Amino acid sequence: MIRVQREDFDPAEEARALVEGDHGIGGVVTFTGLVREMADVGGDADRPISGMTLEHYPGMTEKMLARIEAQALERWPISASLIIHRYGDLEPGDRIVFVLTASAHRQAAYEANMFLVDWLKTKAPFWKREDAETGAHWVEARGSDSEAAARWTDAPPKAAE
Amino acid sequence: MSEMKLLYFAWLRNKTGTGQETISPPAEVRTLGGLVEWLKTRSPGHAEALADLSMVSFAVNQEYAEVGDPVKPGDEIALFPPVTGG
Repeated sequence: MIRVQREDFDPAEEARALVEGDHGIGGVVTFTGLVREMADVGGDADRPISGMTLEHYPGMTEKMLARIEAQALERWPISASLIIHRYGDLEPGDRIVFVLTASAHRQAAYEANMFLVDWLKTKAPFWKREDAETGAHWVEARGSDSEAAARWTDAPPKAAE
Repeated sequence: MSEMKLLYFAWLRNKTGTGQETISPPAEVRTLGGLVEWLKTRSPGHAEALADLSMVSFAVNQEYAEVGDPVKPGDEIALFPPVTGG
């Protein structure tokens, strides 16, 4: 399940609602991404930011997230999954993204979760603009994110049954 | 329909001065690369936005695309920096 929205979300409530009633689930893994107070960009790196604006491409953003999720579901035995990604104006400490994966055994949930986060950082159409005293700067894509995503292109070891 | 719909995101929007425009390029424009060359002639802002294609990613009809890929009237073409979500 994919949600792209402006509004904040409650990680605990989302997890509870999604896995409730499915007693085949043995492990639930969640990732929550937050806005840090330090800039990511060039000369402003490690300077405080006052806020961040997240832009997205309505239509394509949802399509790419759904596709990444479908790939994870094909590759690992996942019973339930949820990706929530916000857009709009955010402040340090705010939640940006939530990825939940649930499976009978923990290895699939862990691996699928990391796969989803690595891939959404390289494929999901969002763009971050950091606002600082020195002005607004568009964050640049990181080589470390592309490398993280690339490590999933080899077939994963078979998840423990 | 002889037009293409163009969408610009992030700093490409700032440089071109627009988030969206509808264009009718000449018939010789058949690939993304050809479209980029034609777009650069539209304004100094367009030329500046597209000066370094290593900083630009593309989508055609909401699928990632490369400069050699075809474009045709009726397409929705988006130009944006490499993504930074998550």
